[in-house]
Amino acid sequence: MPPALRAVLGKLITTLIVLFGVSILIFCIARIIPGDPVRIALGPNASQDMVDALRAQMHLDAPLVTQYVYFLRDVLHGDFGMSLYSKRPVIADIAQFLPATLELMIVAGIIMVGVGLPMGILAARTRDRWPDHLVRVITLLGVSAPGFVWAVVLMLIFAYFVPIFPIAGRISNSFQIPQVTGFMLVDTLLAGNLAAFADAFRHIILPACALAVTGIGQSARLTRANMVETYRKPYAEMAQSYGFPAGRIARRYVFKPSLIPSLTVIGLDFASMLGGAFLVESVFAWPGLSRYGVNVILVKDLNGIVGTVLVIAATFLIMNIIVDLLVWWLNPRFRLGGRS
Amino acid sequence: MDDLTLRIRDLNLRFKSLFSDTAVLHGISLHIRRGERVALVGESGSGKSVTARIVLGTLQELKTSRISGTVEVMGRDLKKMTEKERYALRGRDISMIFQDPTSSLNPVFRIAELFHEVLKRRDPGISAAAARARAAQMLAQVSIHEPERALDSYAFQLSGGMNQRIMIAMALANEPALLLADEPGTALDVTVQAQTLELMREMVERNATSVLFISHNLGVVREFADRVYVIYKGRIVEHGTTEALFADPRHPYTRALMAAVPRLTGGGIPDVPEVSESFFDPMITHEGLREPEPTR
Amino acid sequence: MKKAFAILLSNPLSVLGLVLIAFVVLSAVFADVITPFPSHRGAVVDFANFNQPPHWPNIFGTDLVGRDLFTRIIYAYRVSLLMGLFVLLIAPPVGTVIGLMAGYMGPKTGYALNRLTDVFLSVPPLVLAMAIMGVLKPTLTNGMLAITVMWWPWYARLVYNITRAERVEGYVLAAEVIGASKWHIMFREILPNCLPAVITKMTLDFGFVILMASSLSFLGLGVQPPTPDLGSMVAEGAKYLPDSWWLTVFPGLAILIAVFGFNLLGDALRDMLEAE
Repeated sequence: MPPALRAVLGKLITTLIVLFGVSILIFCIARIIPGDPVRIALGPNASQDMVDALRAQMHLDAPLVTQYVYFLRDVLHGDFGMSLYSKRPVIADIAQFLPATLELMIVAGIIMVGVGLPMGILAARTRDRWPDHLVRVITLLGVSAPGFVWAVVLMLIFAYFVPIFPIAGRISNSFQIPQVTGFMLVDTLLAGNLAAFADAFRHIILPACALAVTGIGQSARLTRANMVETYRKPYAEMAQSYGFPAGRIARRYVFKPSLIPSLTVIGLDFASMLGGAFLVESVFAWPGLSRYGVNVILVKDLNGIVGTVLVIAATFLIMNIIVDLLVWWLNPRFRLGGRS
Repeated sequence: MDDLTLRIRDLNLRFKSLFSDTAVLHGISLHIRRGERVALVGESGSGKSVTARIVLGTLQELKTSRISGTVEVMGRDLKKMTEKERYALRGRDISMIFQDPTSSLNPVFRIAELFHEVLKRRDPGISAAAARARAAQMLAQVSIHEPERALDSYAFQLSGGMNQRIMIAMALANEPALLLADEPGTALDVTVQAQTLELMREMVERNATSVLFISHNLGVVREFADRVYVIYKGRIVEHGTTEALFADPRHPYTRALMAAVPRLTGGGIPDVPEVSESFFDPMITHEGLREPEPTR
Repeated sequence: MKKAFAILLSNPLSVLGLVLIAFVVLSAVFADVITPFPSHRGAVVDFANFNQPPHWPNIFGTDLVGRDLFTRIIYAYRVSLLMGLFVLLIAPPVGTVIGLMAGYMGPKTGYALNRLTDVFLSVPPLVLAMAIMGVLKPTLTNGMLAITVMWWPWYARLVYNITRAERVEGYVLAAEVIGASKWHIMFREILPNCLPAVITKMTLDFGFVILMASSLSFLGLGVQPPTPDLGSMVAEGAKYLPDSWWLTVFPGLAILIAVFGFNLLGDALRDMLEAE
């Protein structure tokens, strides 16, 4: 087996082990800390018979390890139980709300990379001169406030004072778009409704920007740091000695090799937007998984909490695998093996 | 004196920061004529490498560097040139070979792509195909038997000796007037280093390229250079033809340096001589040699 | 040490950071003396004076029940700083010990501890803290615990990486040759080399803990009213945008200033660390 393939397989196995660990962690949080989940589910007015019946049905009378096995079996079948909050299967809720969050994250991720990396490149090229200092202050400010502060600031400026973007929601009520993928930007295009697409696009800009601010700051700082280090490498000096154009040196000869170590962390920043989305969605009334997550937590809907956290962890891990594959693909040394 | 490729007169260099001020070069002078191979010999930290970086014009761009004195490349004073004009020299009139060829070749580009970029310095519009043909031709000249395979490889897939040949071919592809060789191949095996130096010598002789050869290794210098400057702590201490200097080393530091070198053409860094007051004795210039007068 | 301090003071950004931190800490410590309305930290109502834009003496305006916003903000800093102190007294030592053990105790222990760390790192920090808060009562102590639980893995990862790099260094090998115990090598030889990085991270993290705590309370999972808290003030005020803008803008700015101060200082420390 080629070493590269073995590395990817090893990564996959590790991920599965970690996911297994996450399920134990979530199970512990959900089953041990809060006391009696049946009481919570049925409410104080339920009779003892009802409680006992449900307890047996949920295998809560069995030892903890057995309970966990049942729990794992259900989860593997995609069964997270019923949501107390929505009175529907949790999995149906997640299927409904996850696409909106993913769509928001993808747009925010594009903004993060599209703004953050060029800022980092600029800072690295002008290191220790004023554009570098300016980028440093801006990016530090960016990571110094949580997403909800940026959401409020952007909303105040671009939705109230200069009302160019809508205040809340995914799309104006006047549009009726059949749900196919759950991604509004895709569904409007599938429906062939360009006006609706433009409207959905206007709706997603502000929340996506608010979600991206932290990531922009982090990716710009990381890009700068890794590029400054790469500028010290002999091959960067070679490019300068041979008089390659400075812009090309920065973008191709320094940025590209420096991207390989950056990418893993940028991928992590992207995946952490799953957390940031909680803050932004609630400001912009974005009907995504995060808003659902907050609601289930506030009503202590255990099945909803477990389902949401597990799905988020799985999404997070899948994204990490994708990033690892991307790094692997970008780095010819991994791809081709070769002598070390 | 139009045959002067490089003339350095009274070059001083200091690095100044908020908390320190370090003098690195104390007024060194040297010259290289067309087709001449001149060595600058000294320990690490003596100021050899920074001299090459000043000639290239890259050190001038550093905010902390303070440079005085004149550096003329082909009769043109670097200080009177704009940054753009200095930049235009690089890769066209001046090129450089480094200590470790493998880490000097960018790991995410194939050799052919790097060659293309190098050739664009002289001919900005050159097509990838034309660049490839020229690169293959250059690689054949440095005795690479399968140039096509090398061109499609990344540096990390090739041996150090192979990369050094590629580096030499790249450095000479644009027929520069001056080649700066900063400890070329020190990172390689002794035998591989000797082979590639021999190859480099043939190539520069054929093109009448001037070479500033920077090394700590007197054995290698003896094989390669016509004339030698010995540098100690930012000062030139002795200047002579290779023959005269090796037959009759006169400066105490030169003698100490020679005593420290193993007889064989050895790789690795020789033992640095014990520091002695006499190393700061006045500079010695062998008979018949002197620094040329300014062109203007 | 003296020189390090001189370098720090020569950089205008780190000086700004120190000034901001001093401002935050001093206003929190001397809140009782600074504000003319110390009672407004609690459940006070002044309907004659509610929802007023900034004016003298309510320089940041008043909230929906007439309390002075400036007073609420500097008392909220107390909660934030307490949160930061608590989390950073517990998480870094725990993470450091686990990181040292993972890096030095042999492959099996290392693998197990690293996967344990991975489990915590594979849920976005805020989500994990939310889940814990979701099942616990939303009190200050529980909030601090929830944040601590999700914070130690970052230190474990940091120290693990340094330990892996240091364990092949000459001084560690020398200690092994003379038969020093594992504990001696971990805590006396390797640990001192991890400390600069850990301390730098702690400076940066002080800001991020404040940020995380305000995020939790913004979602209604943190400190409960009437205790003043920056996150819940923003959440409350956001309902009255744009007319009562001061209700959100000033608490938001307060978060920004505090976190920015710690970030500026931490950033300068990190630069110094890397320059060495």
